[in-house]
Amino acid sequence: MKLLTLNFLTCAVKACKSSSASFPLHPKDCELVSDTIAPNPQLVYNVLPRIDWNALVTTASELGFPTLPATAPTKEELENDEKMMKELHTLLLETSVSEGILVCGNCGHEYRVKEGIANFLLPNHLV
Amino acid sequence: MLPTPSTSHVPYERVYEPAEDSFLFLDTLSSGSETAFLQKRFSKQSPTLTSTQSSSPFVVELGTGSGVVLSFLHAHAASILGRQDIITTGVDVNRFACKATVETVRAAEQEQDARALSHGFYLGNILGDLTGFIKLGQVDLLIFNPPYVPTSELPRLPDEEAKITTAYERDSHLLSLSYAGGMDGMETTTRLLQSLPEILNSSRGCAYILLCAQNKPEEVKKQIKSWGSKWAVDTVGGTGKRGGWEKLQILRIWRTQ
Ligand SMILES: C[S@@+](CC[C@H](N)C(=O)[O-])C[C@H]1O[C@@H](n2cnc3c(N)ncnc32)[C@H](O)[C@@H]1O
Repeated sequence: MKLLTLNFLTCAVKACKSSSASFPLHPKDCELVSDTIAPNPQLVYNVLPRIDWNALVTTASELGFPTLPATAPTKEELENDEKMMKELHTLLLETSVSEGILVCGNCGHEYRVKEGIANFLLPNHLV
Repeated sequence: MLPTPSTSHVPYERVYEPAEDSFLFLDTLSSGSETAFLQKRFSKQSPTLTSTQSSSPFVVELGTGSGVVLSFLHAHAASILGRQDIITTGVDVNRFACKATVETVRAAEQEQDARALSHGFYLGNILGDLTGFIKLGQVDLLIFNPPYVPTSELPRLPDEEAKITTAYERDSHLLSLSYAGGMDGMETTTRLLQSLPEILNSSRGCAYILLCAQNKPEEVKKQIKSWGSKWAVDTVGGTGKRGGWEKLQILRIWRTQ
């Protein structure tokens, strides 16, 4: 599962929906893999306006990636900043979580990622 | 005709095998009227962004099974949606279906690469129940070929912690989840319909959902119309009328403003 997936996931527990602490989920003991993907600047430009930048900054720092700027770079900035473009390409497109745990910051529930597939099925008492 | 993705690696003893309903999805999504609708809806022109930058559509298929529908849409994004910069993901309650979908998407991407053609950006598959863990308001295009057969009971959702008795029992439970829809075959679909307003993006959100005749499609459509003028629903694909009724049909549900 691509690291970018974390930008679209929240805790599945109903009571957590209203809490801002349930997004993004926090990776714990994660094994990352990187697939080489040909440069695709257009994709990076068009993914940026639709993601939650603050959540991405949190995820990246929790996984030990270089610190991202506080605000999302614009397309014009990226065109002139090869290093930043490369970092975002790696982070957004190439990096996947293969094994590990995603933890809800509100209720503490842990979702397991196994063979690249995150398990969001809740045990009966949480449904 | 766009090529159908290869699913020869899928274990059909525990994952839904592509059938008439799956193929109706492929035909409907690639029909002239739907590609025209989708291309207009997801065209890159956006008033708030520069002409060369436009936010990537987020496409989610629920209940991917073999992955035949998602990989079709993913591989032929440029033909169907008019753009290849789409972000795609799939969800299923069946872990084997999730794994199969990952494989099917990978194979479809390789086919496209081999012919120097484009495809979308696939995030992976998630094991889960409908959309309960997807951030609200994010989904631009949702696809669902649900378990729609009326049954006296809805099978319980898989519990990975539970002890499995035999592989045969596990497999038949997983297969029952692929078709058994409980009362009127609508129990799962109704749950999904109820979550649509909060899950779909507030400006371009749009969903395609398959129904069979026993699901009482006219009542379902009436229900959606009662959501108010900001929503529209239409039957955009079907298996053709036989003896006066449509066996399977696909509804398109979309925000109008
Ligand atoms: C009719 S099959 C469709 C499979 C595939 N999309 C196709 O068209 O061939 C329904 C799929 O939905 C999955 N499913 C059933 N209940 C679900 C739920 N609550 N959440 C997510 N997926 C579910 C089943 O495991 C099965 O793969």
